[in-house]
Formats: sequence, structure tokens, C-alpha cells
Amino acid sequence: MTGYILKRLISAIPVLIGISIVVFLIMAMIPGDPATAILGSYATPENVAELNRDLGLDKPLVQRYFIWLSNLMQGDLGRSFNLNRPVLDEVLERFNATLILAGTSFVLCSVLGIAAGVISAARQYGIADKAITFAVLLGISIPSFFLGMMMILIFAVNLRWFPVSGMWPIYGTRDIWALIDHLTMPALALSVVATGVVARLSRSAMLEVLRQDFIRTARAKGVHERSIIWRHALRAAMVSIIPVLGIQAGFVLSGAVYIERVFQWPGIGQMLVDAILRRDILLVQGGVVFVAACYVLFNIIVDVAQSLLDPRIKT
Amino acid sequence: MSLALKLTGLTKDFPVGKRLLGPPRAVVHAVQPVTLDVETGETLGIVGESGCGKSTLARMLVGLLPPTEGAIEIEGEALNAANPAEFGKKIQYVFQDPLSSLNPRKTIRQIMDAPLKNLHGMAAPARRKRIAQIFAAVNLREEFLDRYPHEFSGGQAQRIGIARALAAEARILILDEPVSALDVSVQAQVLNLLADLKTEFGLTYLFITHDLAVVEAVSDRIAVLYFGALVELGPAERIFNAPRHPYTKLLADSAPVVGRDLSAPEGKETELPDPLNPPPGCSFAARCPRATERCRAEVPVLEDKGSGVAAACFHPLEG
Amino acid sequence: MSAFLKLLARNQLALAGLIVMGIVVVLALLTPLLPLADPDVTNTPARFTPPFSEGAWLGTDHLGRDLLSRLMWGTRLSLAVGFAAATIAATLGAAIGIISGFYGGRVDNIIMRFVDVLMAFPYILLALAIVAALGPGLMNALIAVAAVNIPFFARNIRGITVGIAHKEFVDAARLAGLSDAKIILTEILPNVLPVIVIAMSTTVGWMILETAGLSFLGLGSQPPQADLGSMLGEARNALITNPHTSIVPGVMILIIVMAINLLGDGVRDALDPRLKSGALNRPLPATLVARPAGYTAPAPDGEAVLQLAGLETQFHVGRRTYRAVGGVDLQISPGECVGLIGESGSGKSVTALSIMGLVASPPGKITGGSVFYKGQDLVGAPYERLRSLRGRRVAYIFQDPLATLHPLYTVGDQLIEAVRCHRNVPKSEARAHAIELLRAVRIPNAADRVDSYPHELSGGMRQRVGIAMALANDPEVIIADEPTTALDVTVQAQILTLLDDLRRDRGLAILFITHDFGVVAQLCDRVAVMYAGRIVEDGTVDDILAAPAHPYTKRLMACVPELGGGRRRLEAIPGLPPVVDNLPDGCAFADRCDKARDACRQGTIPLDPLGATRRVRCIDPELQEASA
Ligand SMILES: Nc1ncnc2c1ncn2[C@@H]1O[C@H](COP(=O)(O)OP(=O)(O)OP(=O)(O)O)[C@@H](O)[C@H]1O
Ligand code: SF4
Ligand code: SF4
Ligand SMILES: [Mg+2]
Repeated sequence: MTGYILKRLISAIPVLIGISIVVFLIMAMIPGDPATAILGSYATPENVAELNRDLGLDKPLVQRYFIWLSNLMQGDLGRSFNLNRPVLDEVLERFNATLILAGTSFVLCSVLGIAAGVISAARQYGIADKAITFAVLLGISIPSFFLGMMMILIFAVNLRWFPVSGMWPIYGTRDIWALIDHLTMPALALSVVATGVVARLSRSAMLEVLRQDFIRTARAKGVHERSIIWRHALRAAMVSIIPVLGIQAGFVLSGAVYIERVFQWPGIGQMLVDAILRRDILLVQGGVVFVAACYVLFNIIVDVAQSLLDPRIKT
Repeated sequence: MSLALKLTGLTKDFPVGKRLLGPPRAVVHAVQPVTLDVETGETLGIVGESGCGKSTLARMLVGLLPPTEGAIEIEGEALNAANPAEFGKKIQYVFQDPLSSLNPRKTIRQIMDAPLKNLHGMAAPARRKRIAQIFAAVNLREEFLDRYPHEFSGGQAQRIGIARALAAEARILILDEPVSALDVSVQAQVLNLLADLKTEFGLTYLFITHDLAVVEAVSDRIAVLYFGALVELGPAERIFNAPRHPYTKLLADSAPVVGRDLSAPEGKETELPDPLNPPPGCSFAARCPRATERCRAEVPVLEDKGSGVAAACFHPLEG
Repeated sequence: MSAFLKLLARNQLALAGLIVMGIVVVLALLTPLLPLADPDVTNTPARFTPPFSEGAWLGTDHLGRDLLSRLMWGTRLSLAVGFAAATIAATLGAAIGIISGFYGGRVDNIIMRFVDVLMAFPYILLALAIVAALGPGLMNALIAVAAVNIPFFARNIRGITVGIAHKEFVDAARLAGLSDAKIILTEILPNVLPVIVIAMSTTVGWMILETAGLSFLGLGSQPPQADLGSMLGEARNALITNPHTSIVPGVMILIIVMAINLLGDGVRDALDPRLKSGALNRPLPATLVARPAGYTAPAPDGEAVLQLAGLETQFHVGRRTYRAVGGVDLQISPGECVGLIGESGSGKSVTALSIMGLVASPPGKITGGSVFYKGQDLVGAPYERLRSLRGRRVAYIFQDPLATLHPLYTVGDQLIEAVRCHRNVPKSEARAHAIELLRAVRIPNAADRVDSYPHELSGGMRQRVGIAMALANDPEVIIADEPTTALDVTVQAQILTLLDDLRRDRGLAILFITHDFGVVAQLCDRVAVMYAGRIVEDGTVDDILAAPAHPYTKRLMACVPELGGGRRRLEAIPGLPPVVDNLPDGCAFADRCDKARDACRQGTIPLDPLGATRRVRCIDPELQEASA
């Protein structure tokens, strides 16, 4: 097993390098002089010269990439001129908030989605199945940002069950209950689409597995139907569900950008959108690379989970 | 007698665990040097169990796979480039699964047109006439031509596959398990059709199968393949009646035959050797009741010791 | 094509989606012609007019612009952008996927590594990075959304292409002299196209959402131009005071995306052939039973452990009814081995599966007859009763030992489960028993092999595990459905010997299904021959093989070559077996029988006794009673 984890980690290196190249190239597409683009139009010629020196912006593209990469390896993502603080500090702080939001949503969508899918498949064409199928259709069709807004209108403004926005109360203690209070609505709004997708896929994966010969074998042995569904079928269906969970994690992270905007959640999505609108290029670059790298690592965890589940994957 | 096919030292290795750059991690010797002559007008049967390299050999013969080593001569002409279009006019292939060998989204006419148009450059009226002739030869009605493959049963689809091979006007056909996917009652129809076509068009067949009774019923000579190598080659009537190679005997004894009692002809493990790690000597040694030290160290070569049957064995049975 | 439209129309939800989508698209196309206010003219004094007001049906927004007009123009823009993004992504992605999948090897490797890198981003990051580089704007948002989706299409289409490129018809096209370019265009593309259409129809909605999302964030369409996302984004500040400005565009997005999703699902179902036959139904725990009202079971025979009496099983698929088993009578006495032989589709497997209610249902249904286990009718018995007999008294061995074992559990776990679902024994004891069973089926190193997974065993070993599992609870009857058909002859001989030994040692009764007369001769005491869902002849193996009485049996035996017969022409049976959804009256073999006459095609030909031990379903059997 350690061997497999190691192998997977090593195979992630080219992907990480690829990511850095892609991000670097996209940012290099920005028209005009990079230093001016980074510093904005108020920059003095001295500022420009200094930045050029620091980032080697006057050098050829390839050389510039390696300077950037070596800074990256040392944890130096540059400095945000807008916020006047190191990019890494800002990114870490914001990512933390996003992780809480997206992590909660991810757990919600996995658990609810799989359960709904299995129940739906087990009672195919029954009332539960129809209800779930309809809910799923609604869930994957509604824009999460619109859903979030409606939730604010109903549950925060009208019913006053939850606060309208933010991560912490403006006054008052910052304890776990306060967090849950603020987290509930955005986490639910964010998980809806992913739950729908996971439920849909789990349902069809279960239906696919339930027709397999080994299910018939289990029945012929006299295994009880409950055990057929939750032990035999679900275990085999997980083989196709787990990779989708990995993809959904990416979707949840992506959806967080909208939800953070709606609920004023101080996460990295908000940070990126603001940075783009303010043309804070280094902050965008640093944020994108950092989150993408974290997602790559997360996918390694997914693969390891898959290999634990499926002995046919060579470890 | 002229030679239809002459194979010299034909070999195929498959790399496994390919890497983006650099050599592969290991190779599997799917077909070990095969040297074989097929005479014009002959039916040569090739038998072997699953995974013994039958299809790999066959695919090399029609240019679908480039051989790793060795040469193929067709009707006296060397063909080394694996280019199916070049092979196509001389040698054709009939596939095991008749339905999956027909493109589900083409009509039968489009399928039949392809070899006529691309190999022979025939114009539409000439094609129409030719297709009518061929369809008559394989007992198919012309009204089938505008239908799609899924509308046909396995036996009919296999006739269409044979018709397509005939359309290329090749005189050598490689038949790769042509009846294995068919029901027994239909199997006999197709086998008889193949026999009729052979006399009518003077064809040469290479008939690949795992079914001993079928191969015996259709072949002039039979070659037995084990683990990628020819282990025995001889006249059809002798091969299973008086096998010389112990593996051939095992095969013959295993086939269920009415009137013979059940007896497992082998007590040991039946595993094939690991293809990634083949044994140094005879690949059958681990299962062979006659194996000796020499068998485990040296690879026996296929030779005919004057009995008309060639066997690759150090201690052949009395034929 | 017309079949496709018909299928689509039959799906009511998809039809509803199609209609809604049609209305939205028509309205969007007509927008410039409709008498609407200018969407971009601000009129601040009239801001936030509520809906249903004079001159502004849907009210106005924070700048006093007419919401209805903005909604229509915005819908037009959002639809256009969404479809454009989907088309671009699908075309480029499919092209990349097809090339990668068709050529394989290094080309494939390099392209796919690149796709991997792009897919390693949470997709919005890539979109944000692209927008950051190109600057906010609707065109740039479109480019970003399309670019981000290309890898998804490429990977999906590549997978399908690899599958098709290895199909035999592609090889056949090569042999017919087609060039690579022609093969891609005429062999691969037509087969990939449905998948591209499915992928597109199921992602268009999502792309509309994504572009709306970017506009919502202020990165897409720029003011004053309206698309649905930017309308929602601008309305956010007034959410609490004037919710209608948010609800109008939000509901519109919901309607569009939902309609597209419904339609997309319909397209997928109509194009995916597996769904057409209803094959994706969940099989119920036991086969449904629908015997005619007032059915009374015949009196069971006392001696048999298993007796089928007039068993009928049908499949209802669409409007067709397949009479897979059309009244089968069969008895198995304790310790007896009965062979059931017939061609493919003759109903052997369905007969076997009907016994313990294992026929997939839907679409299968037992529509008549009885199955007696020691005199008790199992057809229609409660599920718990069936379950307690399955594997304990009557066990099964199936054909393909790889597909019939659970791939993710060790063989030990599967054996232990077989024991423990009928007997309440501790796990350690069950494990010891499992090892015992593996020894009984002569698996070397049983104590080690018990922890192997099925994929680690060879085909013959797997089938031994299958047999061990059937033996787990010392059943009285084993039903073996072609247990050796998937195996090589040398392995088959060993498995048959093993089964024969086990049955003699343990006094097992076996129902052995096969299509090989040689196997029947070597293993069975009695044999029943099936044709088109009915038994046409049964009797002792020696009698039938020596002198078949039914013309079908006789000719079937004649057309199978037998080893040792030398080179010869075979006696083929002309024609094909009938399809069981349209059986002729009278004898099902009549169309292929050279003795057929008018009487053969009328009524039902009964399975009449012939001599003491045989029965035959023919009015003119090959031999008469006296000689039988
Ligand atoms: N799930 C199903 N849906 C519809 N029809 C079915 C289904 N399963 C079987 N049938 C029908 O039942 C008939 C009998 O099938 P069965 O599998 O019993 O044949 P068999 O004799 O076992 O054939 P084989 O030798 O191929 O195993 C077939 O004609 C088939 O059309
Ligand atoms: S060479 Fe030796 S091991 Fe090989 S088949 Fe002959 S006797 Fe057996
Ligand atoms: S009943 Fe008639 S048609 Fe049927 S098998 Fe007998 S003779 Fe032939
Ligand atoms: Mg069957």
C-alpha cells in the first residue's frame, strides 16, 4: 500500500509541473507589458523597473518560467500590490474558509447522494424513486447562486433562522455554534447540485450492478436481499461512484466561487473574483496554482481509496 | 503443387507495461518462431486453447499486425510491410464474431462495396453485378443488401462476412473461429457452405478453431499450437487418432466423446506457464507425464522423424 | 431517425422538455420583432416598479429598465452563448478524442497527459484564469467555458473511440483497403456520433449555467448588456428589498436548464440501446408469478426431489411476449443426473433459473405450472421460503466463473457468506469449513487460496470455487448451467470428472445444462432435449444417444461433428430455430423437418410416452413403440 501511495505521489509530479506551466502560460497571454499589468496604471517607472528585476520580467519566457517556478518551490508566490501582503498569506487564510465550506458540502453530497441513489435504485419506479428522481432533476437544474439567494430570502430574511451572510458574527463569540449557524445555508446551497449528480450516478451504477451475474449468484446462495443491496451491490457500485466523487470535489470547489459571493463568505473564490476585477495578477496566479495543487493531492486520496476498495487495481 | 503461403520464422512479441519513453518493462512472446507452408487448395487447420496465439498468428497473416520477426510469402511473393490494403487482394479474413465484424451503421451493400471499390476500383454497375454473383454463391437473397446488420441472425451475418471476403477476390481465406459463435445446427450449414465455396473458387483455407471435432472434419492437415509455438503438424486423420506430442494426446483425451468414459486425463495443475516468465525448456514440461531433465532445459524443435507427422518433443509417443 | 423521434416522443417528460425548450427558443428568436421596450434604456424615476404594473408586466430593475424586455434579450443571449460554447467544446473535444483514441500509442499518450493536466484543475479555476488573462467580457467567458469543457469531451469520446477502434469491423475495413482517414470518417464517426450527441445534450444546460455564473460574478457580459446571469448578479444587491428583480431571471434560468435536462435525458435514453429493451430494470429478489386465475397445481410425484410440471416462463418486453419456457415437465430423483440439452435460446437457462425464482423480473414472469421441491410447490412461495431453500437445498453453478463471482470479495469471504446466510455459525468455524470445501474441489493450497480474489485465479480454479460454493450447505440438488462451456477442453475434462466424483460421493442430484452430446454421454443418467421452449424428447442417455426418436434430436446429433469421424460433410439442418415471441401452431420444428405434414402444424403436439422410459413430442417419431 505504501508503495502504491508513493507511486501515485510520484506520478503527480508531472501533473503539478503541467499545472504550473498552464497557469504560467495563461498569465503570459495578458496583452501588454507584464509589469504594468501587474502594478496597474499608477505605477511609477521605478516600480516597474524593480518588479522587472524581481520577477525577471524582461527575460525570455522560458527563463521567466523557471524563475517563477523556483520562487514557487520556495513558497514565494509574490506580493499582492493591492492588499500589500504576501500572496501566500492571503491565499492560506482564504483557502481555510473555503475548505470549511466546500469540505462540509462535499461530505453532505457524498452521503446524501449515495444514500438517495441506492434507495432510488432499490425501489425502482416506486414512490421514493420518483420523488428522488424529481428532486435530483430540480437540484441539477437550479443555479446554485439563485438557490442561495432564495434561501437567504426565505430562511434568513423571512423566517430568521439563519444569519444572512458572512462566516462569523460581527459581534459575539467565534465558537463552533456560531460557525455552524453561518455555515448551514451556504453549505446546503453548495451541495445541492453535487448531491443531485452523485445520486443520479449512484442510482444508475446500482442498477447496472444489480443486473450482473454475481448478484444472481448471491441470490442463488440465499443471501438476503438487504445484504444484496447494501453489501454486494453497493460495494461493486462504489467502484464507479468513487471517481465521480473525486470529480464532484472539483465541482464543489468551483461552485464555492458563486456561493461565497452570494453569502459573502471570505473564501478563496471571492478573493479570486475580486483579484480578477482589480487585475491583481499575482494573486490570481498564486491562488489558482495553490488550489489546483491541493485538488491534485485530494485526487491522490481518492485513488488510494479506490485501490483499497478494488483489489484488481495493482498496488 | 504451388505454395499459397510460406511462413518463415514468424514471431510476434508484445511489449507490456509500455512507458512514455524508453523500452517497455517486459515482452510477451505471443507467437514463437513459426515456420509453415500451406499448399494451394489445401485446408490447414490450426487448433489450440484460448490464449495460445491463434488469433495473433492469423492477424499477422493478413497484415493487421506487423510481425516482430520473420517473413510471409503469399503465392510466391514476399510481403513484409504490414499493409492490409496490399494483403487484401490476396488474402482475406473471416472473423469469429459475425455481428461485430459488420459496422452497425452501414447497410450490407455499403459493406460489400468497400473491398470492390477500394481494392479493385470497380465502378457502381460492375459492383452491383459482382455483388449479385457473390450473394448467389453464398445463398443470400439480394434483398438483404439494403438492410442493416442487426437485422440478421448469427448464421446469416457470418455468410455476409464470408461474402465480403470473397468480394476481395482473395484466393486464401483465414477463417478465425468462423463457427464458434454459431449454434450447432447453423454451424453445420456454414461449414458446408465453406466446403462448397472452396471447390467452386479453388480457395485455400487456414481454419482456426478450438474445437477438435470441427477441425478434424474440415482439414487436410492440422497444426497444434501450444503457448505460441507449433507443437505438432500432420495429416488430419492422424493427428488425434495417433498423436505424437503429449499435449495433442491430452487434447484428444479431454474432448468429450459419446461412448468414452469420463476420466480426467491429467492430475496435475492445468495452469499455462506465465507468459511473462516462460520456462526455459519445453513449455509443456510442467504438465507433461513424460518430461525429463532435458525437457526442462532445452527447447524442442518441430521435426518430422520420418513418420509424416512433425512434433516438437524429445520423447514423442509412438504414432 | 424516425424510430429515434418516436422513442423520444414516447417519453413524456422529454416531450415536455422539448415543448418548453421549443417555446423558449422561438421567443428568443422572435425577440427583435416583438414590441418590447429598449432593454438598455434607463429610467431611474421608475426604478423597482413591481410586476404586473402598467407598461411593465414584470416590473423594472434598479435603473428602471423594463424587466420583460431585458429578460427576453437576456435569454436570447444566454441561449446563444450556451449553445455556442457547447458546440465548440463538443467539436474540438470530439476531434481530439477521436484522433487520440484511434491512433493510440504515443499520440494518445501525449494528448491524454495534456488532458489530464487540464482536468486536474477544478474547472472554474481554469475558466477564471482564462478570464483573468483575456479580461472580463461575454466573448471571453464563452471562450473560457468552451475551453474548460474540451478536456471532458475529449476524454469521454476517446474512451468510446478506443472501444470502437478495436471492433472487428474496423479490421475488416482495413482489409477492404480503406485508408485511416476513410476509416475515421465512415466507420468510427457514425458510431461515435450518438455519444457526442448524448454528451452534448446532457451538458448544454450545464454550460448555460456556467456562462450565467461567470456573468453573475461580473466576469461575463458587461453592463448595460443583459444576459440572465448578469441580471441576477445586478439584482443581488436589491434581493431583500425587491426580490422580483432576482426571481425573474433566476426562474428563467431554472426553466431553461430543466427543460434542456429533461430533453437531454430523453435523447440519451432514446439513443442508448440498452435502455430500449428495458434491460436496465432492477431485477426483483424473486421472479414475479402470474399464473392464470384458478390455477390448481397437479398432484406431485412422491419420489422426485425436484419436479417441474407444466412450467411456463415468459418475458414481456414492450408489446412482445417471449414464451421462453412453454410448459416444461421434468423430474429429478435423488442422486440422479439429468442432462438438459438444446441450442442457444431454447430456454434451458430460463428453465433452470425459474426453479428457484431467479429469472430476472421484470421482464420475466412465471405464467404457469409448478415447481415441486419434495412435494411442495415453490412457484408463488413467499420470498423468505425461497431464500431459505436457495443454496441450502438447491444450489446453482453458473457458466462464466469470472462474472459470477463477486470481484471485490475474496473467495473465502464468499464461501463464508454462503455458509453463514443459512447457518448461524461463528466466522472462524465458517472459515475452516470454507477451506474444507476448497479442498473438496481439489484446489491446491486451499488454506492460502481462500484469501485470493477471483481475478487472481485461473478459469478452471474459479469454476472449482463456484462448485465449492454450491456445496457449502450440502444441498440435495445442484443445477449446473453450462458450467464448462467457457473453459478449455483440458480444463473441462477435469471439472466434469470432479462433478462426477462429487455426485457419487455425496449422493447429489444434478440438473446439468449443456449443448454438448459428448458431455451428456459422459456425465448424465437421463437427458431431456429442448427446442423452442419445450422438451421434445426425454429418456435415458443410452437409449436416446443410441436411437433418437425425435427428428430434431436425430438431426441435431447428425450435424455435430464428433472427434474420430474423420473428414466429412455434415448433415446440416436447414433454416433457423423459431423466435419464441412468434411460435407457430403445432410442432415448432415443422419448418425444418423433412417429415412434416399438415397434422404437424395443428394444435399442440403432446409429449407422449414411447416405451417405458421415454417420452417424445412428435406424431411421427423415428422409431415405434415396439422397437423402443
Ligand atoms: N432478460 C430477457 N429478456 C427478454 N427475453 C429473454 C431474456 N432472457 C431470456 N430471454 C429469452 O428467452 C429465451 C430462452 O433463453 P435461454 O437463456 O433460456 O436459452 P438457453 O437455452 O439457455 O440458451 P444458451 O445456450 O444460449 O444459454 C431466448 O429466446 C430469449 O429470447
Ligand atoms: S519435450 Fe518433454 S516435456 Fe515437452 S512434451 Fe515432449 S516429453 Fe513432454
Ligand atoms: S411432429 Fe411432425 S414436424 Fe414435428 S418433428 Fe414430428 S414429424 Fe417433424
Ligand atoms: Mg443458457
